[in-house]
Amino acid sequence: MASQDIIARSATTTVPSSVRNQEEVAKLIDTTKCIGCKACQVACSEWNELRDDVGHNLGTYDNPQDLSADTWTLMRFTEHETDAGNLEWLIRKDGCMHCAEPGCLAACPSPGAIIKHANGIVDFDQDHCIGCGYCITGCPFNIPRISQKDHKAYKCTLCSDRVEVGLEPACVKTCPTGAIVFGSKEDMKEHAAERIVDLKSRGFDHAGLYDPDGVGGTHVMYVLHHADTPTLYAGLPGSPTISPLVELWKGVSKPLGLLAMGLAVLAGFFHYVRVGPQLVEEDELPPLKDPAVHEVDPSVHTFDPRGEDRP
Amino acid sequence: MIRRQILRYTANQRTNHWLVAILFFMAALSGLALFHPALFWLSHLFGGGPWTRILHPFMGVVMFVLFLGLVIQFFRANFFISNDRLWLRRVGRVIRNEEEGVPPIGKYNPGQKLLFWTLLLCMLVLLFSGLVIWRAYFSAYFGITSIRWAMLLHALAGFVLVLSIIVHIYAGLWIKGSVSAMVHGWVSRAWAKKHHELWFREVTRDENPDHPIRKKG
Repeated sequence: MASQDIIARSATTTVPSSVRNQEEVAKLIDTTKCIGCKACQVACSEWNELRDDVGHNLGTYDNPQDLSADTWTLMRFTEHETDAGNLEWLIRKDGCMHCAEPGCLAACPSPGAIIKHANGIVDFDQDHCIGCGYCITGCPFNIPRISQKDHKAYKCTLCSDRVEVGLEPACVKTCPTGAIVFGSKEDMKEHAAERIVDLKSRGFDHAGLYDPDGVGGTHVMYVLHHADTPTLYAGLPGSPTISPLVELWKGVSKPLGLLAMGLAVLAGFFHYVRVGPQLVEEDELPPLKDPAVHEVDPSVHTFDPRGEDRP
Repeated sequence: MIRRQILRYTANQRTNHWLVAILFFMAALSGLALFHPALFWLSHLFGGGPWTRILHPFMGVVMFVLFLGLVIQFFRANFFISNDRLWLRRVGRVIRNEEEGVPPIGKYNPGQKLLFWTLLLCMLVLLFSGLVIWRAYFSAYFGITSIRWAMLLHALAGFVLVLSIIVHIYAGLWIKGSVSAMVHGWVSRAWAKKHHELWFREVTRDENPDHPIRKKG
């Protein structure tokens, strides 16, 4: 059965099959409850059958060091010293944010390689992926990775296969502290609001929800103790948007470019029709004299040193 | 017996030109496949999306190298001369097939010269931006902002290049005798005098029937 809940499809200029309505879902990650146990990383790896290469310890708790085609979620650890001189250990579970306006989808040139479901999940369809990496260029969060094995792009699917059958994502199921919760986006916002009230009552005046408007909101949201400075959390963008360079590259300029090319061809055709070809009349030039025949102007007398009386 | 025609392009120059042309068509069609969804079907010409993605950069690099051959042979004849300014001012008459008041010009008219330098610029931009966005080998060495700029510039330069080549092809079809000049090399004396009089004068000045004219550049 074809998917009937696709509300956006990469490199597609008609409306995709989207009759099926679904409630928008969201995953809420409460950084204030996270203990950095990495159970979510393991659950992700287990459910999705991913086994990344064993890397090296580079002196931080981040393990592996970065997202990859085989690591779709990753705890990023930041040691933050507050103004009062206290140490805060800020731990953020990084991964695809499932933007309402996904930069990856806007940039993708291959029809159907990136789709957005009615429930908000942004999914990569590797069958249609050509491996160009434009999604990486488009993403404001630096999430997609190209596999060196098959040259396809991979990222967190928000366990779309599990959500489709009514299960929560694997990371949510496994989280031992309840720092990751999953449900309708509305419910998650409500839950976050309660958490924020609690945090503020405990002195975190800038506690807040991270659901950035610049990308139309996201279907993975964070509760942050310092929502005023998201960059503290291992460089979480303060106000993420699709880069203006990408907008220009993928926006109105390309249809206009196509139009210009088409008009150029038409202009040539009608120039030919109206003005016609530029022909050369071969008799425009007097016939070349044969230099083997030496003609002498009778009014010119030349001195011939060899004394031969040549015509 | 004197050859009554003038050799405009040697066999090597013609071969070089048409190799660039073939590579241009391959690179342009595969590039346009990724340029806009409406043209993605062109990727089927190259064996599908992944093959298009794999082949396109190689086509581009080969095209650039071959194009350098043309640059080396033709750049000297593409420096602007004093008559070119007047010619450009009267380009409207040229377009209307009117000869009156159009000054004589060298081996290339200023339009061709502008095309030459535009193509060179586009090729350079395409090469360098193309390397930056070549995921398989080079993108890892560049930051995301550089890659975004390179994407934009690559598309822009590709667009200008395709547009320039449309003009180039049409000019060849419009000016009768140009295509055959690039196919078999020879132009008639009348053609040379009419379209490139200064060049005609130059190549016929020391006309010697023993060997045909082979002016480079």
